[in-house]
Amino acid sequence: MNDKLTARDFATSQEVRWCPGCGDYAILKAVQKALADAGADPANTAFVSGIGCASRFPYYVETYGFHTIHGRAPAIATGLKLANPGLDVWVVTGDGDSLSIGGNHLMHALRRNVGLKMLLFNNEIYGLTKGQYSPTSRVGTTSPSSPKGSVDTPISPGQFAMGCGTHFFARGVDTDKVGMSDVLQQAHAFTGTAFIEIFQNCIVYNEDVFAGFTERKTAANTQLHVKHGEPMLFGENKGKGMRFNQDTWSLEVIDATEAPDEVLIHDEGNAIVARLLIDLNMPVAMGVIYRQPAISFEDTFYAHHPSRMQRTRRVRDFIKGPSSWKVTKD
Amino acid sequence: MNKNNDLESVVIRLAGDSGDGIQLMGSQFAVSTALAGADFATFPDYPAEIRAPVGTTFGVSAYQINLGGGPITTAGDAPEVLVAFNPAALKVSLPMLDKGALLIVNTDTFTDRNLAKAGYDSDPLGDGTLNDYQVVAADISHLNLESVKEFGLSKSEGGRCKNFYALGMLLWMFDRELQPVEEWIRRRLAGQPTMRDANIKALHAGHAFGETAELSANLSQVKLPSADMAPGDYRGITGAEAMALGIAAAGELSDRAVLFCSYPITPASPLLHRLTHLAELGVGTFQAEDEIAAICAAIGASYGGMIGVTSSSGPGLALKAEAMGLAVSAELPLLIINWQRGGPSTGLPTKTEQSDLYQAVYGRNGDTPIPVLSASTSGECFEMAIEATRIALRHMTPVILLADGYLSNAAEPWRIPELSAFAAIATNPVPDSDDSPQRRAFTRDPASLGRAWVSPGMPGLMHRIGGLEKDIDSGHISYDPANHQRMTDLRAAKIDAVAAFIGDQKIEHGPDSGDLVVVGWGSTYGPIYQATRRTGVSHIHLRHLNPLPGNLGELLSRFDKVLVPEMNAGQLTALLRANLCVEPIPFSKVTGQPFLIRELVDKIEAVRREAS
Repeated sequence: MNDKLTARDFATSQEVRWCPGCGDYAILKAVQKALADAGADPANTAFVSGIGCASRFPYYVETYGFHTIHGRAPAIATGLKLANPGLDVWVVTGDGDSLSIGGNHLMHALRRNVGLKMLLFNNEIYGLTKGQYSPTSRVGTTSPSSPKGSVDTPISPGQFAMGCGTHFFARGVDTDKVGMSDVLQQAHAFTGTAFIEIFQNCIVYNEDVFAGFTERKTAANTQLHVKHGEPMLFGENKGKGMRFNQDTWSLEVIDATEAPDEVLIHDEGNAIVARLLIDLNMPVAMGVIYRQPAISFEDTFYAHHPSRMQRTRRVRDFIKGPSSWKVTKD
Repeated sequence: MNKNNDLESVVIRLAGDSGDGIQLMGSQFAVSTALAGADFATFPDYPAEIRAPVGTTFGVSAYQINLGGGPITTAGDAPEVLVAFNPAALKVSLPMLDKGALLIVNTDTFTDRNLAKAGYDSDPLGDGTLNDYQVVAADISHLNLESVKEFGLSKSEGGRCKNFYALGMLLWMFDRELQPVEEWIRRRLAGQPTMRDANIKALHAGHAFGETAELSANLSQVKLPSADMAPGDYRGITGAEAMALGIAAAGELSDRAVLFCSYPITPASPLLHRLTHLAELGVGTFQAEDEIAAICAAIGASYGGMIGVTSSSGPGLALKAEAMGLAVSAELPLLIINWQRGGPSTGLPTKTEQSDLYQAVYGRNGDTPIPVLSASTSGECFEMAIEATRIALRHMTPVILLADGYLSNAAEPWRIPELSAFAAIATNPVPDSDDSPQRRAFTRDPASLGRAWVSPGMPGLMHRIGGLEKDIDSGHISYDPANHQRMTDLRAAKIDAVAAFIGDQKIEHGPDSGDLVVVGWGSTYGPIYQATRRTGVSHIHLRHLNPLPGNLGELLSRFDKVLVPEMNAGQLTALLRANLCVEPIPFSKVTGQPFLIRELVDKIEAVRREAS
């Protein structure tokens, strides 16, 4: 029956209440479509979120959904996944939710490799609390809480994830249907934590902060879409490529038509290259930047559990403890 | 100790450095006591430091055990026997003893340096300090090393056997079998044959030492009567052990798996450790990254259809407060166990207190009522874990179960219950109707106000839950003013529904009306029980603190005065005053130590004198 479901079947009756023009609308549509394309069973799918604009997401997806508290979605999702490892569990979060108040839980979900698909909507700003700078805001971001510009060095979600030992890191742009569809499918198929940073445009508080590389007209020249086993090409007619500079240990742009053999082939299992790709400013790397499959936390948890969470013995078998004695009437 | 054969009970205190193996020695002595059929209660009293500086008074680790013909309900007021492994242990323990007590002193450690560390200007063994006591001076360190000489151990390895040497002496003194302790050593040190054999040798050597004429005649064998206990199977049990079994039993009674999620904290960690051994009862343990993650993972497990349980101590409970509100709002079941310790802040991590009652009853944002229960004895942790889970599942609410540091570690004989004596724990069925899944998930049982427990994975019931206020009927987000009033009223009414479910408060013992009743809760049960028996006043002990039992106000009104002893600055006193319009007399003790029976007897007599 599932193959008959369409993106529309994953929409709820609830009125979507994000600001008109918010990038979240496009992400919602992309996710609904990805679920339909993947043949997801709505009854076996759960969306867990924290607090923030992004975290309203579960109300709009016709699956199970739990809108929880600020920053804690990864912890709640971990408990849910342990209780029912067969569930398809998605975590929807924002840059404040996952990297400020919830940084600890994100770190531990990643290093454990819990089977969660985590969508980080990064808009480099606090939207729901009306525009304060966030942990991903660039230095000098003027906001109600930083009228003279923020002074904090921003955190890179990708480098954070790599540092935590993530096994999957991908990127997409909210309005890029093709790119989003691809990374969502890849994430859906991954068994551990699939962590996706989505560049999301907050049109009210941080409009066009990513315009430098998300503008459709120039995207071909500003985005590098990587695919495992394929050369790192971008630009009009794929005329530019990335080369590894062995002197500086960095990636540099070259003319791919002149030196096609020098263009680096993307190896998604190479953590060093992944870190270089994450730090690229221009072009900005998109797609599955890093993937290193490993057994998931829940699989290890169940494998190590003596009875795979089943009740194979009764309390009466344990209640007497190491030694007991009988008291009789005498 | 003069009339050895007439002793009803005897209180023994073992004290030494925190590295001397005192807790191990004490718990093994408790086991051997249990096997001999005596009633007992124990009080492990140890420092917060794992290995505090050697020889200091603040590094003293002690284990007190009260054993005898019973009923024994406390670890005893004044030790009649003290085993002091060093001067610091003697210094700390001596003020607790009554004159005439028997001291077994490890003289090897009474060096100038150790005496100075303990704050002694002169040697108490020679300066008359101990004139009023019976002193058995034994070179325990030296004798022990001699006994294990044949094993070729280093001095420090050999020294580690001395707790078993001393235990051997005690076992002889109280006519206990060596066999169970020996078996325990064989199991525990199976992988270290030399240390195993050395410890067994030390145990036997200590026992022989007690027996031979080398010892002062003071150390004659003490025979205690067996306790007059109800027939049945018994075991020794700590609160942590009973709680672990109770949690597993709640899973069995409700036919659900249990996911226990916690973050290590003193004195709650023993429960986590115990539960790892009960995996085959469908219990999983998850060590989370912090206290918040622990409760959140437990909430996730409950959402997923397992019984989510988390456990902590006061500071950890504070961190969990926001998530408790989420569970209330989402109407999910959850068991939260709090092993209270001395506060505020980090406070006294290894010392007991009852000062989280306000936190449990009131400590959340918004009007967020949560049922609060408490366990009175180590063994009672078993049935209270079942009771708390029953309420959580029936009413679809988080429940806080209060225990404390004393109960976590203290051992007592426990009559092993039959699980068949407990009713199965029922959950609310999903209503069979044409309503939307969202509405069906929030259809509540009219009596309990608990909703159906719908979990992801159940076909056709997809719905959304969360911490935003929701419509009382449809379960969708609602900011409607009148609806918030109704939902707030509903959450309060759920607590009333729990009150209707739990039944009436009973009097533990004593007349059902009169001049004075003593009302307690939690681990003060033991001393209050003894003090009220001795003075003939009535004793009421609360297991339900929120809601209070419906008849409690009427019950208390039958007495002229209500005395409330508690190990905090008067929290139950205030709770009773606020809820029942009574004016109790508070009696606080916040020293990190349990009440002594005589402290309570004195207070009861003082209150009675004022009354007359």
